Amino acid sequence: MLAFIVRRLIQSVVVMFFVAMLAFAMFRFVGDPVHQMVGIETSLEEREALRVKLGLRDPIYVQFARFVGNAATGEFGISYQHQRLVSDMIRERMPATLELSIISALFSLFVGVPMGVYTGLHRHGWLSKVFMTASLIGISLPTFLIGILLIFVFAVLLGWLPSFGRGEVVELGFWRTGLLTVSGLKALIMPAFTLGLFQLTLIMRLVRAEMLEVLRTDYIKFARARGLTNRAVNFGHALKNTLVPVITITGLQLGSIIAFAIITETVFQWPGMGLMFLQAIQNVDIPIMAAYLIMIAFFFVAINLIVDMLYYVVDPRLRVDVAKAHGHG
Amino acid sequence: MVNPLLEVKNLRVEFPTRRGVLTAVDDVSLHINPGEVLGVVGESGAGKSMTGAAIIGLLEPPGQIAAGEILLEGRRIDNLPYEQMRRIRGREIGAIFQDPLTSLNPLYSVGQQLIETIQTHTEMTYAQARNRAVELLSEVGIPAPERRIDSYPHQFSGGMRQRVVIALALCVNPKLIIADEPTTALDVSIQAQIIALLKRLCREHGTAVMLVTHDMGVIAEAADRVAVMYSGRIAEIGPVRQVVQQPKHPYTVGLMGSIPIIDQGDERLTQIDGAMPRLTEIPSGCAFNPRCTQTIERCFTERPNLVQVGQSSVSCWHHDREKTDA
Repeated sequence: MLAFIVRRLIQSVVVMFFVAMLAFAMFRFVGDPVHQMVGIETSLEEREALRVKLGLRDPIYVQFARFVGNAATGEFGISYQHQRLVSDMIRERMPATLELSIISALFSLFVGVPMGVYTGLHRHGWLSKVFMTASLIGISLPTFLIGILLIFVFAVLLGWLPSFGRGEVVELGFWRTGLLTVSGLKALIMPAFTLGLFQLTLIMRLVRAEMLEVLRTDYIKFARARGLTNRAVNFGHALKNTLVPVITITGLQLGSIIAFAIITETVFQWPGMGLMFLQAIQNVDIPIMAAYLIMIAFFFVAINLIVDMLYYVVDPRLRVDVAKAHGHG
Repeated sequence: MVNPLLEVKNLRVEFPTRRGVLTAVDDVSLHINPGEVLGVVGESGAGKSMTGAAIIGLLEPPGQIAAGEILLEGRRIDNLPYEQMRRIRGREIGAIFQDPLTSLNPLYSVGQQLIETIQTHTEMTYAQARNRAVELLSEVGIPAPERRIDSYPHQFSGGMRQRVVIALALCVNPKLIIADEPTTALDVSIQAQIIALLKRLCREHGTAVMLVTHDMGVIAEAADRVAVMYSGRIAEIGPVRQVVQQPKHPYTVGLMGSIPIIDQGDERLTQIDGAMPRLTEIPSGCAFNPRCTQTIERCFTERPNLVQVGQSSVSCWHHDREKTDA
């Protein structure tokens, strides 16, 4: 187990190294940053001095090493557009995106799994058919459309929920949360639903397909023949066997939710990283784009690592293979 | 005469499909006495496993019991609601399935599965159930059971897994075990061990067994009585010695002829021509008539019923006529 974690950690570091290389390359391809930083009346000497000061005259590998070193400590330089530390901007924006992503992931998980189990068990029930049809809509309607429809119904027509923003927030040291105020929670409902709907339908359909598969197996038949209760058979034996693929997909989806909350954040004017990233692209704000790239890659790598470790918790067959490899090796 | 433990009366299992109703088990009647081993033998699709599944109440939908009764100690069990039938499963009727490699849930240790089953049916505490589980594993011949109880199914060989499955089927001392091809998936060298184990344990616990198999060798070895099934019907049923040595039904005669006898040198085995009809194409009259070498006119028009011939019962017009003529 430990050897496995170490191996995966090394792989993660390699992945991050290549992502950093890509992010670094962006700086080189998008022209001279000095031109974008200074005014027209700046003299050539002053420009040269700035280049030296910024380290742009150092050899490339030195610059890259500096970039990686800074990134590792969370420093991504200064935003061209805002003339502020990128790390500060991310620190302000990240809680909003993470709260939105995690709430919508939890929503899709805690609604999607039970719906998947239900439709798997009662394949021909009318409620299952309703779920399956509704999930088709969820999977095929684009996110922005659902968001706009929700805004139209609940914000414009009914006036129950705010149409944009995050509501009131509470400062918890470095973390600015919207989860502790009524207006913050109200503001969260529609974006979280919009962002989570696709994942919900995906998880529901996945759990259903896996349940149908598992319910046909001999060990489920044998579990019934042993007289176990329905509850023990369906949830203890069947559902647990569907978990490995569900964990995989949920993990990957959580990464995508964080990375691609952009559209939802734009529709609801959610003050998260996605909105910041979109503005950065419009203004060719390379430091922010590079920081965003590295951060999202980091989330994906971290989530994948956690997912891999969860496999070990769920499936004893994997545990033993490693133990065996050790015993013989 | 003892009261039978299990009685199946005129059981009929049907599968309603889009292309009409298929009858997998047709008018099957049999009984099993306490502690007795009844072998059920027949080709694939003869309805042996379906009969077993019907008894334990686990027919796969859309399969259903269309007619007949199943009585356990005189009590009807074929029409019980799911929850009551669940209490009978495992507790009074245990089951062993064909493939030990897939009968155990790979995500739970064998101990967890044993303890779960024991606690479902008894009031035992976890510690008591665990002790009982260790006992059971040692009874079925798993070495070092105190240690192996925490192992997972994939850490056992096929034969060992079938031993675990037997322990699971026996764990609350059911009165009857339905063993559906318990050795078919196993290595030949292991088969005899498993059959001997099953036989010994059932004798010790006084458990009756319905042993479903297509292996006449296993039947001859383990069964007290044997039922030969063909196309969802019973062709012949009687004491195993009787059926093996003096088969009455032409199908049974053919079956016995197809078993190689080692000391008879290289004599050709007899073979029954053709194959068992599909469920959609069962002929009228006796279902065996297309392959039978001794058909008479009646075989094609009327279906023979089981009649007593000596110690056996046979469904064949030859024997029915003898009886009516006499």
